[in-house]
Amino acid sequence: MAESNVILDAAAMQRALTRIAHEIVERNENSAEVVLAGIPVGGDHLARRLGKILSEIWSQPVPVGILDVAMHRDDLDRRAAPKIHPTVIPFDVTGKTVVLVDDVLFSGRTTRAAMDALNDFGRPKKIQLAVVIDRGHRELPIKADFVGKNVPTADNEKIRVRLVENDGVDEVVLERLK
Amino acid sequence: MTWARKHLLDIESLTPDEIVTVLDTARAFKAVGERAIKKVPALRGKTVINLFVEPSTRTRISFELAEQRLSADVINFSTEASSFKKGETLKDTARNLEALNADFIVIRHSASGAPHFLARVLDVHVINAGDGAHEHPTQALLDVFTIREHKGKIAGLNITILGDILYSRVARSNIWALRKLGATVTLCGPATLVPKTFEQMGCRVTYDVDEAIRDADIINLLRIQHERQRKTMFPSINEYIPLFGLNRARLAKAKPDALIMHPGPINRGVEIDSDIADSSRSLVLEQVTNGLAVRMAVLFLVNGGNGPQEVAGN
Repeated sequence: MAESNVILDAAAMQRALTRIAHEIVERNENSAEVVLAGIPVGGDHLARRLGKILSEIWSQPVPVGILDVAMHRDDLDRRAAPKIHPTVIPFDVTGKTVVLVDDVLFSGRTTRAAMDALNDFGRPKKIQLAVVIDRGHRELPIKADFVGKNVPTADNEKIRVRLVENDGVDEVVLERLK
Repeated sequence: MTWARKHLLDIESLTPDEIVTVLDTARAFKAVGERAIKKVPALRGKTVINLFVEPSTRTRISFELAEQRLSADVINFSTEASSFKKGETLKDTARNLEALNADFIVIRHSASGAPHFLARVLDVHVINAGDGAHEHPTQALLDVFTIREHKGKIAGLNITILGDILYSRVARSNIWALRKLGATVTLCGPATLVPKTFEQMGCRVTYDVDEAIRDADIINLLRIQHERQRKTMFPSINEYIPLFGLNRARLAKAKPDALIMHPGPINRGVEIDSDIADSSRSLVLEQVTNGLAVRMAVLFLVNGGNGPQEVAGN
Protein backbone atom coordinates (compact mmCIF):
# COMPACT_ATOMS: atom_id res chain seq x y z
CA MET A 1 0.00 0.00 0.00
CA ALA A 2 1.08 3.54 -0.65
CA GLU A 3 1.01 6.06 2.14
CA SER A 4 0.05 9.57 1.14
CA ASN A 5 0.25 13.09 2.55
CA VAL A 6 -1.57 16.16 1.33
CA ILE A 7 1.12 18.78 0.73
CA LEU A 8 -1.14 21.46 -0.79
CA ASP A 9 -4.84 21.80 -0.06
CA ALA A 10 -7.32 23.81 -2.10
CA ALA A 11 -6.65 27.11 -0.29
CA ALA A 12 -2.88 26.69 -0.53
CA MET A 13 -3.13 25.87 -4.23
CA GLN A 14 -5.21 28.97 -4.82
CA ARG A 15 -2.64 31.09 -2.95
CA ALA A 16 0.19 29.55 -4.97
CA LEU A 17 -1.57 30.33 -8.27
CA THR A 18 -2.26 33.90 -7.17
CA ARG A 19 1.37 34.38 -6.19
CA ILE A 20 2.59 32.87 -9.49
CA ALA A 21 0.29 35.25 -11.36
CA HIS A 22 1.74 38.23 -9.53
CA GLU A 23 5.27 37.03 -10.23
CA ILE A 24 4.39 36.74 -13.92
CA VAL A 25 3.12 40.33 -13.80
CA GLU A 26 6.27 41.49 -12.05
CA ARG A 27 8.53 39.78 -14.57
CA ASN A 28 6.68 40.89 -17.70
CA GLU A 29 6.20 44.61 -18.05
CA ASN A 30 4.48 44.41 -21.42
CA SER A 31 1.27 42.58 -20.60
CA ALA A 32 0.19 42.54 -24.24
CA GLU A 33 3.03 40.15 -25.06
CA VAL A 34 2.12 37.47 -22.53
CA VAL A 35 0.27 34.32 -23.59
CA LEU A 36 -0.17 31.09 -21.65
CA ALA A 37 0.16 27.52 -22.92
CA GLY A 38 -0.92 24.71 -20.62
CA ILE A 39 0.37 21.15 -20.98
CA PRO A 40 -2.32 18.44 -20.57
CA VAL A 41 -3.33 16.72 -18.35
CA GLY A 42 -3.48 19.32 -15.60
CA GLY A 43 -1.44 22.19 -17.01
CA ASP A 44 -4.26 23.14 -19.36
CA HIS A 45 -6.66 23.74 -16.48
CA LEU A 46 -3.99 25.54 -14.45
CA ALA A 47 -3.20 27.79 -17.44
CA ARG A 48 -6.88 28.69 -17.72
CA ARG A 49 -6.99 29.61 -14.02
CA LEU A 50 -3.79 31.64 -14.23
CA GLY A 51 -5.13 33.38 -17.34
CA LYS A 52 -8.24 34.38 -15.42
CA ILE A 53 -6.22 35.84 -12.53
CA LEU A 54 -3.86 37.64 -14.92
CA SER A 55 -6.65 39.13 -16.96
CA GLU A 56 -8.16 40.53 -13.77
CA ILE A 57 -4.83 42.06 -12.70
CA TRP A 58 -4.14 43.51 -16.13
CA SER A 59 -7.79 44.29 -16.95
CA GLN A 60 -7.37 42.75 -20.37
CA PRO A 61 -7.85 39.26 -21.75
CA VAL A 62 -4.81 36.98 -21.66
CA PRO A 63 -4.77 34.35 -24.43
CA VAL A 64 -4.64 30.77 -23.17
CA GLY A 65 -3.75 27.76 -25.33
CA ILE A 66 -3.32 24.02 -24.87
CA LEU A 67 -0.05 22.46 -25.96
CA ASP A 68 0.06 18.67 -26.09
CA VAL A 69 3.59 17.30 -26.18
CA ALA A 70 2.95 13.59 -26.84
CA MET A 71 4.23 13.71 -30.42
CA HIS A 72 7.45 15.38 -29.30
CA ARG A 73 8.42 13.08 -26.44
CA ASP A 74 11.85 11.44 -26.59
CA ASP A 75 10.72 8.11 -25.12
CA LEU A 76 8.02 7.19 -27.62
CA ASP A 77 9.48 3.80 -28.53
CA ARG A 78 10.17 2.92 -24.89
CA ARG A 79 6.63 3.02 -23.56
CA ALA A 80 3.06 2.43 -24.66
CA ALA A 81 2.00 5.21 -26.99
CA PRO A 82 0.78 8.10 -24.87
CA LYS A 83 -2.72 9.45 -25.17
CA ILE A 84 -2.72 12.47 -27.43
CA HIS A 85 -4.80 15.45 -26.37
CA PRO A 86 -5.87 18.17 -28.77
CA THR A 87 -3.45 21.04 -29.17
CA VAL A 88 -5.22 24.38 -29.40
CA ILE A 89 -3.05 27.46 -29.89
CA PRO A 90 -5.58 30.08 -31.05
CA PHE A 91 -3.00 32.88 -31.36
CA ASP A 92 0.31 33.62 -33.07
CA VAL A 93 3.19 32.86 -30.70
CA THR A 94 5.77 34.74 -32.77
CA GLY A 95 7.13 37.70 -30.82
CA LYS A 96 5.18 36.70 -27.71
CA THR A 97 6.31 35.70 -24.26
CA VAL A 98 4.86 32.23 -23.86
CA VAL A 99 4.44 31.02 -20.30
CA LEU A 100 4.33 27.21 -20.33
CA VAL A 101 2.16 25.90 -17.52
CA ASP A 102 2.54 22.39 -16.10
CA ASP A 103 1.47 20.77 -12.85
CA VAL A 104 4.73 19.04 -11.90
CA LEU A 105 8.33 19.65 -12.99
CA PHE A 106 10.33 16.44 -12.69
CA SER A 107 12.92 15.24 -15.26
CA GLY A 108 12.41 18.29 -17.47
CA ARG A 109 11.75 16.11 -20.52
CA THR A 110 8.14 17.22 -20.84
CA THR A 111 9.32 20.84 -20.81
CA ARG A 112 11.88 20.12 -23.51
CA ALA A 113 9.19 18.43 -25.62
CA ALA A 114 6.91 21.42 -25.03
CA MET A 115 9.54 23.86 -26.25
CA ASP A 116 10.02 21.74 -29.39
CA ALA A 117 6.26 21.56 -29.94
CA LEU A 118 5.95 25.31 -29.51
CA ASN A 119 8.54 25.91 -32.22
CA ASP A 120 6.15 24.31 -34.72
CA PHE A 121 3.82 27.25 -34.17
CA GLY A 122 6.31 30.08 -34.58
CA ARG A 123 9.20 31.80 -32.84
CA PRO A 124 8.29 33.12 -29.41
CA LYS A 125 10.27 36.06 -28.12
CA LYS A 126 10.67 34.32 -24.77
CA ILE A 127 9.50 31.10 -23.17
CA GLN A 128 8.95 30.97 -19.41
CA LEU A 129 7.91 28.04 -17.26
CA ALA A 130 5.37 28.01 -14.43
CA VAL A 131 4.73 24.86 -12.36
CA VAL A 132 2.73 24.13 -9.24
CA ILE A 133 5.26 21.62 -7.89
CA ASP A 134 8.98 21.29 -8.55
CA ARG A 135 9.96 17.86 -7.27
CA GLY A 136 13.61 17.88 -8.38
CA HIS A 137 15.44 15.02 -10.19
CA ARG A 138 16.16 17.02 -13.33
CA GLU A 139 17.71 15.16 -16.26
CA LEU A 140 18.06 18.24 -18.46
CA PRO A 141 19.33 21.79 -17.85
CA ILE A 142 15.84 23.19 -17.28
CA LYS A 143 14.67 25.46 -14.47
CA ALA A 144 11.22 26.83 -13.72
CA ASP A 145 10.66 30.59 -13.64
CA PHE A 146 7.63 30.38 -11.37
CA VAL A 147 7.13 27.64 -8.77
CA GLY A 148 4.16 27.09 -6.49
CA LYS A 149 6.06 24.83 -4.08
CA ASN A 150 9.43 23.11 -4.08
CA VAL A 151 9.06 19.55 -2.85
CA PRO A 152 12.24 17.48 -2.51
CA THR A 153 11.26 13.90 -3.30
CA ALA A 154 12.70 10.41 -3.39
CA ASP A 155 12.50 8.07 -6.39
CA ASN A 156 9.87 5.89 -4.74
CA GLU A 157 7.61 8.87 -4.18
CA LYS A 158 4.96 10.15 -6.54
CA ILE A 159 3.30 13.55 -6.77
CA ARG A 160 -0.38 13.63 -7.65
CA VAL A 161 -1.91 16.95 -8.54
CA ARG A 162 -5.69 16.67 -8.36
CA LEU A 163 -7.76 19.45 -9.86
CA VAL A 164 -11.45 20.23 -9.55
CA GLU A 165 -11.80 20.05 -13.33
CA ASN A 166 -10.51 16.45 -13.51
CA ASP A 167 -10.92 14.97 -10.05
CA GLY A 168 -13.50 17.14 -8.31
CA VAL A 169 -11.01 18.37 -5.72
CA ASP A 170 -7.98 20.70 -5.60
CA GLU A 171 -5.06 19.11 -3.79
CA VAL A 172 -1.51 17.93 -4.20
CA VAL A 173 -0.64 14.61 -2.64
CA LEU A 174 2.75 13.04 -2.03
CA GLU A 175 2.51 9.26 -2.25
CA ARG A 176 5.24 6.98 -0.96
CA LEU A 177 5.30 3.49 -2.47
CA LYS A 178 6.37 0.78 -0.08
CA MET B 1 -7.19 4.47 -24.27
CA THR B 2 -5.58 1.11 -24.85
CA TRP B 3 -2.95 0.08 -27.35
CA ALA B 4 -0.24 -2.49 -26.73
CA ARG B 5 0.16 -3.99 -30.18
CA LYS B 6 3.39 -4.18 -32.08
CA HIS B 7 1.67 -4.59 -35.45
CA LEU B 8 -1.49 -3.65 -37.28
CA LEU B 9 -2.33 -6.78 -39.22
CA ASP B 10 -6.12 -6.76 -39.40
CA ILE B 11 -9.27 -5.33 -37.88
CA GLU B 12 -10.67 -8.72 -36.93
CA SER B 13 -8.38 -9.07 -33.92
CA LEU B 14 -8.84 -5.50 -32.61
CA THR B 15 -11.11 -4.67 -29.70
CA PRO B 16 -13.67 -1.84 -30.03
CA ASP B 17 -11.58 0.11 -27.53
CA GLU B 18 -8.47 -0.24 -29.68
CA ILE B 19 -10.35 0.97 -32.75
CA VAL B 20 -11.59 4.01 -30.84
CA THR B 21 -8.03 4.68 -29.63
CA VAL B 22 -6.87 4.89 -33.26
CA LEU B 23 -9.75 7.23 -34.12
CA ASP B 24 -9.06 9.55 -31.18
CA THR B 25 -5.35 9.63 -31.92
CA ALA B 26 -6.03 10.31 -35.60
CA ARG B 27 -8.08 13.36 -34.67
CA ALA B 28 -4.98 14.96 -33.14
CA PHE B 29 -2.90 14.11 -36.19
CA LYS B 30 -5.51 15.60 -38.49
CA ALA B 31 -5.04 18.89 -36.64
CA VAL B 32 -1.29 18.66 -37.26
CA GLY B 33 -2.00 18.52 -40.99
CA GLU B 34 -3.79 21.85 -40.76
CA ARG B 35 -0.82 23.67 -39.21
CA ALA B 36 1.79 25.72 -41.05
CA ILE B 37 4.42 23.18 -39.96
CA LYS B 38 2.91 19.79 -40.69
CA LYS B 39 5.71 17.67 -39.32
CA VAL B 40 6.26 16.22 -35.84
CA PRO B 41 9.35 14.32 -34.63
CA ALA B 42 7.55 11.22 -33.29
CA LEU B 43 9.38 8.72 -35.56
CA ARG B 44 12.66 10.59 -35.88
CA GLY B 45 15.52 8.20 -36.60
CA LYS B 46 13.19 5.33 -37.52
CA THR B 47 13.29 3.67 -40.91
CA VAL B 48 10.09 2.61 -42.66
CA ILE B 49 10.07 0.42 -45.72
CA ASN B 50 7.00 0.48 -47.91
CA LEU B 51 6.98 -2.98 -49.43
CA PHE B 52 4.35 -2.85 -52.12
CA VAL B 53 4.28 -6.18 -53.88
CA GLU B 54 1.05 -5.21 -55.60
CA PRO B 55 0.50 -1.93 -57.44
CA SER B 56 -0.93 0.94 -55.42
CA THR B 57 -0.82 4.67 -55.82
CA ARG B 58 -3.04 6.30 -53.24
CA THR B 59 -2.35 3.99 -50.32
CA ARG B 60 1.40 4.13 -50.90
CA ILE B 61 1.43 7.90 -51.25
CA SER B 62 -0.71 8.26 -48.15
CA PHE B 63 1.57 6.01 -46.10
CA GLU B 64 4.67 7.71 -47.46
CA LEU B 65 3.43 11.17 -46.56
CA ALA B 66 2.28 9.96 -43.13
CA GLU B 67 5.75 8.53 -42.48
CA GLN B 68 7.46 11.73 -43.61
CA ARG B 69 5.22 13.89 -41.46
CA LEU B 70 6.29 11.77 -38.50
CA SER B 71 9.94 12.44 -39.46
CA ALA B 72 10.75 8.82 -40.34
CA ASP B 73 13.21 7.84 -43.07
CA VAL B 74 11.27 6.21 -45.88
CA ILE B 75 12.21 3.69 -48.53
CA ASN B 76 9.79 2.64 -51.23
CA PHE B 77 10.10 -0.81 -52.62
CA SER B 78 7.88 -1.86 -55.47
CA THR B 79 7.57 -5.02 -57.49
CA GLU B 80 8.63 -3.53 -60.78
CA ALA B 81 12.14 -2.67 -59.62
CA SER B 82 12.89 -5.54 -57.27
CA SER B 83 14.43 -8.95 -56.94
CA PHE B 84 10.96 -10.49 -56.92
CA LYS B 85 11.44 -10.43 -60.66
CA LYS B 86 14.53 -12.56 -60.11
CA GLY B 87 12.60 -15.09 -58.03
CA GLU B 88 13.48 -14.06 -54.47
CA THR B 89 10.91 -15.18 -51.90
CA LEU B 90 8.96 -12.75 -49.73
CA LYS B 91 10.72 -14.07 -46.64
CA ASP B 92 14.18 -13.53 -48.10
CA THR B 93 13.32 -10.07 -49.35
CA ALA B 94 11.88 -9.08 -45.99
CA ARG B 95 14.82 -10.50 -44.04
CA ASN B 96 17.18 -8.53 -46.25
CA LEU B 97 15.22 -5.40 -45.49
CA GLU B 98 15.33 -6.19 -41.80
CA ALA B 99 19.09 -6.68 -42.04
CA LEU B 100 19.23 -3.02 -43.01
CA ASN B 101 17.84 -2.25 -39.54
CA ALA B 102 14.43 -1.20 -40.76
CA ASP B 103 12.00 -0.51 -37.93
CA PHE B 104 8.70 -0.76 -39.80
CA ILE B 105 7.52 -2.62 -42.87
CA VAL B 106 4.30 -1.47 -44.50
CA ILE B 107 3.24 -4.28 -46.79
CA ARG B 108 0.77 -4.55 -49.64
CA HIS B 109 0.58 -8.05 -51.09
CA SER B 110 -1.74 -10.02 -53.33
CA ALA B 111 -1.59 -13.01 -50.97
CA SER B 112 -3.92 -13.01 -47.96
CA GLY B 113 -1.94 -13.38 -44.74
CA ALA B 114 1.37 -12.05 -46.10
CA PRO B 115 1.60 -9.38 -43.34
CA HIS B 116 0.87 -12.00 -40.66
CA PHE B 117 3.63 -14.16 -42.11
CA LEU B 118 6.12 -11.27 -41.96
CA ALA B 119 5.12 -10.47 -38.39
CA ARG B 120 5.95 -14.07 -37.46
CA VAL B 121 9.35 -14.27 -39.13
CA LEU B 122 10.65 -10.74 -38.56
CA ASP B 123 11.30 -8.59 -35.53
CA VAL B 124 10.08 -5.32 -37.09
CA HIS B 125 6.71 -3.59 -36.77
CA VAL B 126 4.43 -4.76 -39.60
CA ILE B 127 1.51 -2.75 -40.94
CA ASN B 128 -0.92 -4.31 -43.38
CA ALA B 129 -1.59 -2.00 -46.33
CA GLY B 130 -3.88 -4.56 -47.98
CA ASP B 131 -3.45 -8.32 -48.32
CA GLY B 132 -5.27 -10.06 -51.12
CA ALA B 133 -9.01 -10.13 -50.56
CA HIS B 134 -8.48 -10.47 -46.81
CA GLU B 135 -8.14 -7.08 -45.07
CA HIS B 136 -7.18 -3.45 -45.60
CA PRO B 137 -7.26 -2.24 -42.01
CA THR B 138 -6.18 1.38 -42.48
CA GLN B 139 -8.88 1.87 -45.12
CA ALA B 140 -11.54 0.67 -42.70
CA LEU B 141 -10.17 2.87 -39.93
CA LEU B 142 -10.22 5.95 -42.15
CA ASP B 143 -13.75 5.10 -43.31
CA VAL B 144 -14.95 4.75 -39.74
CA PHE B 145 -13.11 7.95 -38.78
CA THR B 146 -14.84 9.82 -41.61
CA ILE B 147 -18.26 8.44 -40.69
CA ARG B 148 -17.78 9.35 -37.03
CA GLU B 149 -16.72 12.89 -37.97
CA HIS B 150 -19.95 13.42 -39.90
CA LYS B 151 -22.45 11.45 -37.87
CA GLY B 152 -20.87 11.88 -34.43
CA LYS B 153 -21.09 8.15 -33.71
CA ILE B 154 -20.99 4.70 -35.28
CA ALA B 155 -23.32 2.71 -33.04
CA GLY B 156 -26.84 2.49 -34.38
CA LEU B 157 -26.04 3.77 -37.87
CA ASN B 158 -27.13 1.95 -41.01
CA ILE B 159 -24.19 1.45 -43.35
CA THR B 160 -24.74 -0.01 -46.80
CA ILE B 161 -21.78 -1.39 -48.71
CA LEU B 162 -22.59 -1.71 -52.39
CA GLY B 163 -20.64 -3.45 -55.12
CA ASP B 164 -18.00 -6.13 -55.28
CA ILE B 165 -17.92 -7.57 -51.76
CA LEU B 166 -16.53 -11.01 -52.54
CA TYR B 167 -13.14 -9.80 -53.73
CA SER B 168 -12.96 -6.76 -51.49
CA ARG B 169 -10.57 -6.52 -48.56
CA VAL B 170 -12.00 -3.05 -47.94
CA ALA B 171 -15.43 -4.59 -47.40
CA ARG B 172 -14.14 -7.22 -44.99
CA SER B 173 -12.18 -4.74 -42.87
CA ASN B 174 -15.10 -2.31 -42.89
CA ILE B 175 -17.54 -5.01 -41.82
CA TRP B 176 -15.33 -5.98 -38.88
CA ALA B 177 -14.83 -2.40 -37.76
CA LEU B 178 -18.45 -1.32 -38.17
CA ARG B 179 -19.88 -4.41 -36.48
CA LYS B 180 -17.48 -4.08 -33.55
CA LEU B 181 -18.59 -0.48 -33.06
CA GLY B 182 -22.27 -1.34 -33.22
CA ALA B 183 -23.40 -0.30 -36.70
CA THR B 184 -25.88 -2.25 -38.80
CA VAL B 185 -24.23 -3.32 -42.05
CA THR B 186 -26.12 -4.12 -45.24
CA LEU B 187 -24.35 -5.62 -48.22
CA CYS B 188 -25.69 -5.37 -51.75
CA GLY B 189 -24.48 -6.19 -55.25
CA PRO B 190 -24.72 -8.93 -57.86
CA ALA B 191 -25.47 -12.25 -56.17
CA THR B 192 -22.25 -13.72 -57.53
CA LEU B 193 -20.23 -11.00 -55.76
CA VAL B 194 -22.23 -10.86 -52.52
CA PRO B 195 -22.56 -14.43 -51.25
CA LYS B 196 -24.97 -15.13 -48.41
CA THR B 197 -22.02 -16.41 -46.35
CA PHE B 198 -21.35 -12.80 -45.33
CA GLU B 199 -24.37 -13.09 -43.08
CA GLN B 200 -22.07 -15.07 -40.78
CA MET B 201 -20.14 -11.82 -40.22
CA GLY B 202 -23.32 -10.26 -38.84
CA CYS B 203 -24.38 -8.47 -42.03
CA ARG B 204 -27.65 -8.24 -43.85
CA VAL B 205 -27.41 -9.33 -47.50
CA THR B 206 -29.84 -8.07 -50.11
CA TYR B 207 -29.88 -7.90 -53.89
CA ASP B 208 -32.35 -5.04 -54.17
CA VAL B 209 -30.37 -1.79 -54.36
CA ASP B 210 -33.32 0.52 -53.70
CA GLU B 211 -34.14 -1.41 -50.55
CA ALA B 212 -30.49 -1.51 -49.50
CA ILE B 213 -30.04 2.25 -49.59
CA ARG B 214 -33.49 3.33 -48.38
CA ASP B 215 -32.58 3.52 -44.69
CA ALA B 216 -28.83 3.98 -45.10
CA ASP B 217 -26.98 6.76 -43.28
CA ILE B 218 -23.86 5.98 -45.30
CA ILE B 219 -23.57 4.36 -48.72
CA ASN B 220 -20.08 2.98 -49.27
CA LEU B 221 -19.49 2.11 -52.91
CA LEU B 222 -16.83 -0.37 -53.86
CA ARG B 223 -15.00 -0.63 -57.12
CA ILE B 224 -15.52 -3.62 -59.36
CA GLN B 225 -12.19 -5.40 -59.03
CA HIS B 226 -11.58 -6.74 -62.50
CA GLU B 227 -8.06 -7.82 -61.59
CA ARG B 228 -9.19 -10.18 -58.84
CA GLN B 229 -11.97 -11.88 -60.78
CA ARG B 230 -10.91 -15.18 -62.18
CA LYS B 231 -13.93 -15.28 -64.39
CA THR B 232 -16.60 -12.81 -65.22
CA MET B 233 -19.03 -12.69 -62.32
CA PHE B 234 -21.75 -10.72 -64.07
CA PRO B 235 -22.70 -10.48 -67.73
CA SER B 236 -21.37 -7.01 -68.51
CA ILE B 237 -20.57 -3.57 -67.12
CA ASN B 238 -23.45 -2.24 -69.20
CA GLU B 239 -25.79 -4.49 -67.31
CA TYR B 240 -24.23 -3.64 -63.95
CA ILE B 241 -24.75 0.11 -64.33
CA PRO B 242 -28.58 0.17 -64.46
CA LEU B 243 -28.90 -2.64 -61.90
CA PHE B 244 -26.40 -1.53 -59.24
CA GLY B 245 -24.84 1.81 -60.21
CA LEU B 246 -25.65 4.77 -57.98
CA ASN B 247 -27.40 7.46 -60.00
CA ARG B 248 -29.41 10.55 -59.14
CA ALA B 249 -32.81 8.85 -59.42
CA ARG B 250 -31.74 6.04 -57.15
CA LEU B 251 -30.15 8.39 -54.61
CA ALA B 252 -33.39 10.39 -54.44
CA LYS B 253 -34.97 7.38 -52.74
CA ALA B 254 -32.36 7.39 -49.97
CA LYS B 255 -32.51 9.50 -46.81
CA PRO B 256 -31.76 13.17 -47.55
CA ASP B 257 -28.78 13.14 -45.18
CA ALA B 258 -27.31 9.89 -46.48
CA LEU B 259 -23.65 10.40 -47.41
CA ILE B 260 -21.61 8.62 -50.05
CA MET B 261 -18.18 7.11 -49.68
CA HIS B 262 -15.82 5.34 -52.04
CA PRO B 263 -12.30 4.06 -51.31
CA GLY B 264 -11.15 4.92 -54.81
CA PRO B 265 -10.13 4.70 -57.53
CA ILE B 266 -13.60 5.57 -58.82
CA ASN B 267 -14.93 4.10 -62.02
CA ARG B 268 -17.01 7.13 -62.99
CA GLY B 269 -20.23 6.11 -64.67
CA VAL B 270 -20.00 2.52 -63.36
CA GLU B 271 -20.44 2.32 -59.56
CA ILE B 272 -21.37 5.97 -59.34
CA ASP B 273 -22.59 8.73 -61.64
CA SER B 274 -20.06 11.45 -62.17
CA ASP B 275 -22.19 14.31 -60.80
CA ILE B 276 -22.91 12.41 -57.56
CA ALA B 277 -19.23 11.71 -57.05
CA ASP B 278 -18.59 15.47 -57.19
CA SER B 279 -21.59 16.49 -55.08
CA SER B 280 -21.54 17.78 -51.53
CA ARG B 281 -22.86 14.43 -50.35
CA SER B 282 -19.69 12.70 -51.46
CA LEU B 283 -16.98 12.24 -48.82
CA VAL B 284 -14.44 10.79 -51.25
CA LEU B 285 -11.80 13.51 -50.90
CA GLU B 286 -12.29 13.79 -47.14
CA GLN B 287 -11.52 10.10 -46.96
CA VAL B 288 -8.17 10.82 -48.59
CA THR B 289 -7.37 13.59 -46.10
CA ASN B 290 -8.44 11.45 -43.18
CA GLY B 291 -6.43 8.49 -44.48
CA LEU B 292 -3.26 10.45 -43.90
CA ALA B 293 -4.21 11.25 -40.29
CA VAL B 294 -5.28 7.66 -39.58
CA ARG B 295 -2.02 6.25 -40.96
CA MET B 296 0.01 8.69 -38.86
CA ALA B 297 -1.97 7.54 -35.82
CA VAL B 298 -1.38 3.85 -36.60
CA LEU B 299 2.38 4.33 -37.04
CA PHE B 300 2.50 6.38 -33.84
CA LEU B 301 0.59 3.81 -31.79
CA VAL B 302 2.39 0.77 -33.16
CA ASN B 303 5.76 2.39 -32.42
CA GLY B 304 4.83 2.72 -28.77
CA GLY B 305 3.23 -0.70 -28.57
CA ASN B 306 6.58 -2.44 -28.56
CA GLY B 307 7.93 -1.07 -25.33
CA PRO B 308 7.27 -1.94 -21.72
CA GLN B 309 4.17 -0.31 -20.36
CA GLU B 310 6.04 2.08 -18.16
CA VAL B 311 4.13 5.10 -17.04
CA ALA B 312 5.89 8.35 -17.73
CA GLY B 313 6.95 10.10 -14.57
CA ASN B 314 5.21 13.29 -13.66
